[in-house]
Amino acid sequence: MEINFSLFSIEIATALLAVIILIIGLMIPKQSRHILGYIIALGLVVIFGFSFRFYGLNTAVIDKMYLVDDFSVFFKQLFLVAAILVILASIRYVNKMNGNFEFYVITIVAALGMMVLVSAGDMLTLYVALETMAISFYILAGYKTDPKSAEAGMKYLILGALSSGILLYGLSLIYGMTGTVIITEIAAKIGLLSGYSPALVVGLVFVLAGLGFKISLIPFQMWTPDVYEGAPTPVTAFLATGSKAASFAVLARLLLIALPAYSRQWQLLVAVLAALTMIIGNLAAIPQTNMKRMLAYSSIGQAGYMITGILAMNQAGVSALSFYSVIYVLATVGAFTVVMTCSTQTDSDEITDYAGLAQRSPLMAAALTIFLLSMAGIPPLAGFTGKLYLFKSIVNQGYLWLVIVGLVMSMVSVYYYLKVAKVMYMNDPVDKTPITIPAEAKITLLLTMIATIFFGIYAQPLSVLAHIAGKALLTF
Amino acid sequence: MFDIALYHAWVIPLLPAMAFVIITFFTKKMPKRSAGISITSILISFVLALSLGIGVIGQGERYLEHPLKVVVTWFSMNGLSIDVGTQIDTTSVMMLLVVTFITSLVEIYSLGYMHGDTGFARFFSYVSLFAASMLGLVLSPNLLQMFVFWELVGLCSYLLIGFWYHKKSAAEASKKAFITCRAGDFGLLLGIILLQLNFGTLDLQQLSKVIPHFTEYTGLTAAGLTGIAILLFLGPMAKSGQFPFHVWLPDAMEGPTPVSALIHAATMVVAGVYLVGRILILFVTLPSALAFVAFIGGFTALFSACIAITQTEMKKILAYSTVSQLGYMMLALGASSLSAGMFHLMTHAFFKALMFLGAGSVLHAMHDEANIWKYGGLKKYMPVTYWTFLIGCLAISGIFPFAGFFSKDLILEVTYAASSLSGQATGSFQGLYSLLFIMAALTAFMTAFYMFRMFFICFHGELRSHDAHPHEAPKVMTVPLIILGIFSFIGGWGGWPGLGEGQAFGYFVRVGNFHEIEANWFLIILSTGLALFGIGLAAIFYCKKTYSAEAVARKFPELYKISFHKFYIDEFYLWVIRHIVDKLGWLLWKFDYLFVDGIIVDGCGKAAQWSGSVMRRVQTGQLQHYAFVFFLAIVLIVLFLSLTDFNSIHVGLLLGGVK
Repeated sequence: MEINFSLFSIEIATALLAVIILIIGLMIPKQSRHILGYIIALGLVVIFGFSFRFYGLNTAVIDKMYLVDDFSVFFKQLFLVAAILVILASIRYVNKMNGNFEFYVITIVAALGMMVLVSAGDMLTLYVALETMAISFYILAGYKTDPKSAEAGMKYLILGALSSGILLYGLSLIYGMTGTVIITEIAAKIGLLSGYSPALVVGLVFVLAGLGFKISLIPFQMWTPDVYEGAPTPVTAFLATGSKAASFAVLARLLLIALPAYSRQWQLLVAVLAALTMIIGNLAAIPQTNMKRMLAYSSIGQAGYMITGILAMNQAGVSALSFYSVIYVLATVGAFTVVMTCSTQTDSDEITDYAGLAQRSPLMAAALTIFLLSMAGIPPLAGFTGKLYLFKSIVNQGYLWLVIVGLVMSMVSVYYYLKVAKVMYMNDPVDKTPITIPAEAKITLLLTMIATIFFGIYAQPLSVLAHIAGKALLTF
Repeated sequence: MFDIALYHAWVIPLLPAMAFVIITFFTKKMPKRSAGISITSILISFVLALSLGIGVIGQGERYLEHPLKVVVTWFSMNGLSIDVGTQIDTTSVMMLLVVTFITSLVEIYSLGYMHGDTGFARFFSYVSLFAASMLGLVLSPNLLQMFVFWELVGLCSYLLIGFWYHKKSAAEASKKAFITCRAGDFGLLLGIILLQLNFGTLDLQQLSKVIPHFTEYTGLTAAGLTGIAILLFLGPMAKSGQFPFHVWLPDAMEGPTPVSALIHAATMVVAGVYLVGRILILFVTLPSALAFVAFIGGFTALFSACIAITQTEMKKILAYSTVSQLGYMMLALGASSLSAGMFHLMTHAFFKALMFLGAGSVLHAMHDEANIWKYGGLKKYMPVTYWTFLIGCLAISGIFPFAGFFSKDLILEVTYAASSLSGQATGSFQGLYSLLFIMAALTAFMTAFYMFRMFFICFHGELRSHDAHPHEAPKVMTVPLIILGIFSFIGGWGGWPGLGEGQAFGYFVRVGNFHEIEANWFLIILSTGLALFGIGLAAIFYCKKTYSAEAVARKFPELYKISFHKFYIDEFYLWVIRHIVDKLGWLLWKFDYLFVDGIIVDGCGKAAQWSGSVMRRVQTGQLQHYAFVFFLAIVLIVLFLSLTDFNSIHVGLLLGGVK
């Protein structure tokens, strides 16, 4: 069998980067290891620039085990962007955390897992990639040497293993009923079955539960606030963005490509769970006093909005999901960058310690306000455009009620987002010393802020890419 | 050059926009440099507009029938696509020329007029922002973009009226202008939304194709579309100071005089006329909407002329005359003639800017004394202002061969034609148009009278104020006056009778077929006669003093009072606001405070907080608890799916998936 390895170049380059960093890190003295962060960021930027050449290939390799379509390229680019931004923002944080350079290596391996995941054409590749990503995150979550971080790592490991088992069970049920692991062939095999198969429905539920765990879909979200709070903040940022976006992408592929025949079941299920996720995520965010927990609940609410893009079962929905993923990643990485920059100085993630941030660091206060308002969907920020895309894709499909739930919950979210803004702008700081932002974190902050404003005012370039991605998933 | 300007017309508004940004962020502390940046940018825009104008006139027919649209998609999704860009056709190019030309002159004039003002740089930054917004409006290829810029020019108008914000009257006037315009804009926005909902597009070209056949494309009745048209028209009514929204415009004279000349005479206030002109096809399709436009225009023209007769401040008189002339333009559009409306828009921009700048020159000389009865005999102190002002007065009165003669005559002609055509667009409204023709003719007479009343009081006789030492304005102010004077003289020759295709103004700017202009001697003699009669009457009263104006006023005290108090419209509005709006507001506040705030908002907040704390209690932090919820959820979901009957699979599901 002839295999065109150039189609894997993004993944190969990323893996090589991880290995090279590991080797260099072992060779150079400990005190100069901090430059590794810059090397990685640079390497990822080069790979990102190179990855634009993969648009329009739309091809499958190794008997459809691996798909290189525009949808996967779009998401790979998103992971690269998220990784670059997170690594830049975390250089100072990691230095403070004993300066263990393995942190970067594992982060890249997690990104590699995400990339393979969105390209997976069969369920085995899918599972292996998912585990690559998940195991990296188990290590990362417990990376810090404090009990909270260890607890987070342990919780994530045990519950993650549980959800992995469920997912694998679900996948094996689907394989058992259809006799194939190739995602693109499952639908055809299901068509050959006579009538509905209850085992497939159970498989569907297990798959949804397993991936629902990763995207924090209610009621599989219990771990989210604990792990988000306890894990080192850069890890939280990457977990909340990369891992979630990758799981959304693969869920969309499974539900829309492999299981459209059971859409009556999963559409009902997803609609109900989406509504519950929006409601519970946003309501539970209100009484939070810890910034990271608040962002964790808000990210649960965001997942509720995002999954409506799959619910639409059309190209507009997938495009909207792709579009919103980018917007969500930008705002979330930006918000966590503020959190980690503040915490390196104040050693606290409590919202009350953000008092007077506008005086201590006007840039961070302004940036955080913009990210939060974008998540709330206030025009003219990007979150508004993203929600418009998402809700427009389902409003004509009989889900008007879900749109109304989404809009009401967006309004609710304005409340707790503005509470943070109020603390930052209205309250006087206890400690008046200005907070300095490291240059690398400033880059992340400015990039995410500018992009959040830019895509709100002029969304066309991104929506063209999202359109291509959505089209590729459904037609390929 | 022409091609570059044609495909990159967006540069024209961009240059002043950049000037605004640069001044605001970098050169605010440097007045001279700010003015230099602002004037340079608008002059380059003017040169670009000029090259566009020459190019478009050279290829007339092409851009008349097929406007050149250069757009980028700003936002698109299934079923909705919004473009931003530029649309070049003869009408927009004409407007571009007028706006850049007048703005350039006014900015140069302001160098002298605003000299020494503490807000010198701020003034130029606002004017640049205004120029950018106005040019963006003119170039808009669709109604949404137009609306955005429409609001921006409204904002600039607000900022510039209240330029001397420490003056209470200026702050009040700016609020009044903004709020009055917003009231109209509400209608405009509703109309735009309804058009989008019904036609699925806001593109001017597409709209002009589908609107005449609206019954095929939409389920609208003629009455429904007329409703939309009238809603849309509310915006232009407010912006162009049509009755009953005219109240803000005279108060807007609180702003610096160059602003009055630029924004409240020559350009922004005609945005309403321009907008109606852009969607004239909508009104032409609906005779009753068209008649409504014509009636509002004709009535406003006469109404404000009646007020202008008794006013005693130079800028107020000019303001009411602006309202009156804007009414003329609306009347022309209401007679379904784009050419006449736009032609008068252009000539009016020349002579009204001229007169405002002249008034500024007088105010400058008289140390901001506003009352014309304190002036007198200014002729010998400021000859340039005197002669250019005379040209302006002759032009607005419609004396041959000044600019106003041709455009005013054209308006009278199209109104007259609308009243005499049978079975044409005007339909069953011929009687109305006959009445409007008489009103327009009467307005022409009154315009000549009140203009020369002011002219004679200000410039002839003896100086009445004894502590004033009037002097001619500096060159930087008189040169723009002279240039505008020249254009007020020759600016209307594009309407010379006998000009045919490719020559006449009406050939380039029109909707429908072109008719060669013919000299209608009845109208020419009538309008010239009326104007001369008005001038003569003013001369008898105020120059020769053969008869006393006060005696006449005393003879009809009621009429004088009602005109002097502007028909008590402002007082009426104030009464409504005090007694009805404020009371209603109080009631609503109580309702809001007690019911909405007290029960609904607080209730929601409490409910949300309560539910939040409940959910927090569920989050125990116990691992085994989380795992339990996880499994329980899966079991419940499977049960749920089995009970929701899909093809009787529930039994199988309950058995754990065994078939």
